[in-house]
Amino acid sequence: MRRYLARKLIIYVVTFFVAATIDWLLPRMVPGNPVSLLLAKMNLQPQTYNATYSLYMKAFGFNRPWWDQYLNFWRALLHGNLGVSIYDFPKPVTSVIADYVLFTLALLIPAILLAYFAGNKVGAMAARRKSLDNTVLPVGYLLTATAYPWLALLLAFLFAAGGIGHFFPISGGFSYGLIPAWNWAFMWSLITHWFLPFLTLFLVAFGGWAIGMRNLIIYELESDYTHYLEALGAPSKLVRRYAYRNAMLPQLTGLALQLGVIVGGAVVTEVTFAYPGLGYLIFQAVGNDDYFLLQGIFMFIIVGVLVANFIIDIIYVLVDPRTRVGISGA
Amino acid sequence: MALEVDHLQLCYRTLRGDVRAVDDVTFTIDDGEIMGLAGESGCGKSTLGNGLVRMDVRMRQLAGRVELDGEELPISDEKAMRSFRFKSVSIVPQYAMSALNPTRRVGKMVSELLKSRGFDYKSALPELERRVKLVGLDADVLKRYPIELSGGMKQRVVMVISTLLNPSLLIADEVTSALDVSTQRAVGEMLLEFRDRKFVKSTMVITHDVSILAQVADTILVMYAGKLAEKASADVVINSPLHPYTQLLISSLPEVGVRHDEHTLVGIPGRPPPLLNPPAGCRFRDRCPFAFDRCAEEPPFMEVKPGHSVACWLRTKGAAPAGGAEPC
Repeated sequence: MRRYLARKLIIYVVTFFVAATIDWLLPRMVPGNPVSLLLAKMNLQPQTYNATYSLYMKAFGFNRPWWDQYLNFWRALLHGNLGVSIYDFPKPVTSVIADYVLFTLALLIPAILLAYFAGNKVGAMAARRKSLDNTVLPVGYLLTATAYPWLALLLAFLFAAGGIGHFFPISGGFSYGLIPAWNWAFMWSLITHWFLPFLTLFLVAFGGWAIGMRNLIIYELESDYTHYLEALGAPSKLVRRYAYRNAMLPQLTGLALQLGVIVGGAVVTEVTFAYPGLGYLIFQAVGNDDYFLLQGIFMFIIVGVLVANFIIDIIYVLVDPRTRVGISGA
Repeated sequence: MALEVDHLQLCYRTLRGDVRAVDDVTFTIDDGEIMGLAGESGCGKSTLGNGLVRMDVRMRQLAGRVELDGEELPISDEKAMRSFRFKSVSIVPQYAMSALNPTRRVGKMVSELLKSRGFDYKSALPELERRVKLVGLDADVLKRYPIELSGGMKQRVVMVISTLLNPSLLIADEVTSALDVSTQRAVGEMLLEFRDRKFVKSTMVITHDVSILAQVADTILVMYAGKLAEKASADVVINSPLHPYTQLLISSLPEVGVRHDEHTLVGIPGRPPPLLNPPAGCRFRDRCPFAFDRCAEEPPFMEVKPGHSVACWLRTKGAAPAGGAEPC
């Protein structure tokens, strides 16, 4: 077990190293440079421009050779320093992220978990009831094949812009007229703004889980151990419980694989609803050539996805005895 | 009389029509009898065995009746059959190697199964452990996952589980087919021991391997293309069979001490007829070296000597043609 975890950990460290390198490289491949954009906002006189430009280039270290910048990136990262945001200059990247991260987590965590559990339950029910299956199957395929921004626009049109009604606000994280505070008015505003982006993420993921679970359960119900249980007169309750439990295993692997995709979906969904989460922030950072902010957000996502994957790895070992036997080398 | 099967017809529903895999089958198994059911692949032997325990969704009972211990077995009623399964009629399936849930410890699975049927695992545990030891396994296999057991161990565990409630009838479907010869012998001895210790009242051993039946069976029933061909005591079927199919089947078995470069083993040329719209008359007619005009009619399955029934016009009294060929 310890050897298995150590091996896994090495894989995760290597993955992190590669991902962080790409994270450093990608923003720098975008044409333009952050300093000129930053100075453009400052309305400087032409004579001071050049001096300020070279000062800032030096301050950010952009005048150094690329390998030196790369090593500096690692040095700063290991000290927990993600740099200074250019978009929100001169705030440090960590505190910019802190302002936005709660919105994204409030969106992602419930959407991922609820879609996972509800999708599995509904898929399992569809697998044994033909009438339900006739609805779940086409709807599930439709949902899982839907692009996040398209569904977001559709929901915004139907429920916010008056397609069906004006039930929800169309954009933002809360009403601009309110000051963040622990009171009902503000909470309610948060919830109504949260609902449509959440629903978008939930629905697309839900369709995928339901279809997956349905197919897996049907497969499990045709397996030998199911037939043996039935031949020994086991009631369908027990048979279904075993099938569900065993069908959960591939779904769990699927969850680990899906995490990155859902985070990507959250980015476009947040942009669509102008929801002040990390996705929206990424959009702003790209527009401002903000290397450090982009790096910081991606670093946050990379670490989040890797940690979640590691947790799923551990859960998998706990729920599937076959992996444990493999680990102990039997 | 433990099991009485009377004119049973089972078919598979297919898009092209009904495939009658078990056609008008009548036989009995006595208390304490181990009956071997032999025949080649596709002759309907597994369909018959499965049909007595659990018909799958494609199967239908067209006619006939099954009685176990004088009580009708409602084989085509999925719900009503549930209470009989495991308790009165049980099966060791063909796929015993993969019959156990891979994510449950063996003992846990048995306890959940017993509980779901309204039995208490704790009170059954001493007997379960005793039987596990009886088949040569350590009691701690109950604490293991199926993946930690070898194929032969899984086979034995499944046999113990299937017979735990002392069923009247045990159907052992190809229990030796995937095993090496020494394990085959051990499994054969288990079948005898289970009978002798009254874990099961009567047993039906389904196999295509007649040699295992020579070891365990009291009587042998030979099926061909969904029909009964011959039934007699194991001795008689192996040493002096009357149906030409049985004769050819037995003679195509290898014997110890015979060098097959001098004495070539012969098989049975040809193939069984399709069971979707089978031809009228004796179904073995096309492959039978002794076929004659009468074989265009279907031969009845008749007792020709005490305890020896056969479905062949050659053996039916008064039906043999004058100067007809005498087999073997």
